[in-house]
Amino acid sequence: MAFFSAIPAIPLNVGAYRVILGRAVPYVLGDPHLTPEHERALRRQQVLLGLQSLCTAVTTPTLLEVQAA
Amino acid sequence: MATQLRVIHYLNQFFGGIGGEDKADARPTVKTGPVGPGVLLQKCLGESADVVATVICGDSYFNEHTDDALAEVLKLIAAQKPDLVVAGPAFAAGRYGVACGAVCSAVKERLNLPAVTAMFPENPGVDLYRRRTYILPAGNTAMDMGGVMARLAPFALKLGRGEPAGPADVDGYLPTGMRRNEFDAKSGAERMVEMLLDRLQQRPFTSEVQLPQYDQVSPAAALSGLENATIALVTTSGVVPQGNPDRIESWRATKWMKYPIGHLQEMSPAEWTCVHGGYDNGYVRQDPQRAVPLDILRELEQQGKVGRVLPYLYTTVGNVQPVERARRFGREMALALKQDGVHAVLLTAT
Repeated sequence: MAFFSAIPAIPLNVGAYRVILGRAVPYVLGDPHLTPEHERALRRQQVLLGLQSLCTAVTTPTLLEVQAA
Repeated sequence: MATQLRVIHYLNQFFGGIGGEDKADARPTVKTGPVGPGVLLQKCLGESADVVATVICGDSYFNEHTDDALAEVLKLIAAQKPDLVVAGPAFAAGRYGVACGAVCSAVKERLNLPAVTAMFPENPGVDLYRRRTYILPAGNTAMDMGGVMARLAPFALKLGRGEPAGPADVDGYLPTGMRRNEFDAKSGAERMVEMLLDRLQQRPFTSEVQLPQYDQVSPAAALSGLENATIALVTTSGVVPQGNPDRIESWRATKWMKYPIGHLQEMSPAEWTCVHGGYDNGYVRQDPQRAVPLDILRELEQQGKVGRVLPYLYTTVGNVQPVERARRFGREMALALKQDGVHAVLLTAT
């Protein structure tokens, strides 16, 4: 399971292992302040990061975040 | 002696001397005086209480006909006009523990009489009834009979005399979750600073608020690739079909749902909305993909990068959710996802 959260301290502390940083609580994936194209690109990066985490072995709770372009 | 407390003891068919598993269908019966472990109970209670009768019921009968069994058991108990009911101990026996918890809860709630039982802390009866009755911890086998009866009897006498129970850690029962206000000579600020100093000095201290305990789970192994994997979308963000047909509550949700998305290319705001009451859900109502990224996942599926998107969305509202219920939802969803043949999950939480 890849866990998308804008408050990653919560999943990391209750035992989720693959946590991907969400943009904000009301818009975890994407960002309404971006243009529709940029928002979709951001969401795509977030989802790809989540999928990548599923293919990566982890032993401790790990946080991943989209790097600024 | 007129001042003796009248005690009824509840036992299953095995401890009640009726028989083993072959007699687990036995219907409720009553025997005069103490039976089996009741003899030890009587000894531990001493002269101030009298085990006047023992009510016995088969574990299968009780659990398969709970309403009827409970009504019959309560009738037998009430007929003896007791001051107090003791059930078990049930140790690790699941059906027996559930029966003891159900009997004690009903005695308290319907007959308005004190009741207490004892069982192994991992007995399923504990999770079900610890909030409704007093349950003392017991070992997982009858080897602990002597130890648990010695602790059960004085607490039972206290309840039987109408004295209020003290805190769980003082009276030795499993915490019920009930909090009572009490006066303390020191203010909260003073107690907090003392606790902090104890902590800094590595002295023992006890928090006044017990936090929920979380399970430790092992990380899932990495997938070898995504090309043949079935990926499911799961969310606690409260995304539901327009009109919220199953009435998922916007806080303290009592259900999770599974909705078909196999026919969809994306999550359209015309068809989907958001009922989570714990954050400003306007952005998700405007574009549900901010919580359920079907658009991206579908694209990756069509490009062959992901094997298959599960044709169902698993959803609930994670707002003000009690940990125990959340744990149950998690267990149920995980089981259903496995049955759906899912290899991995993308979960969005808000």
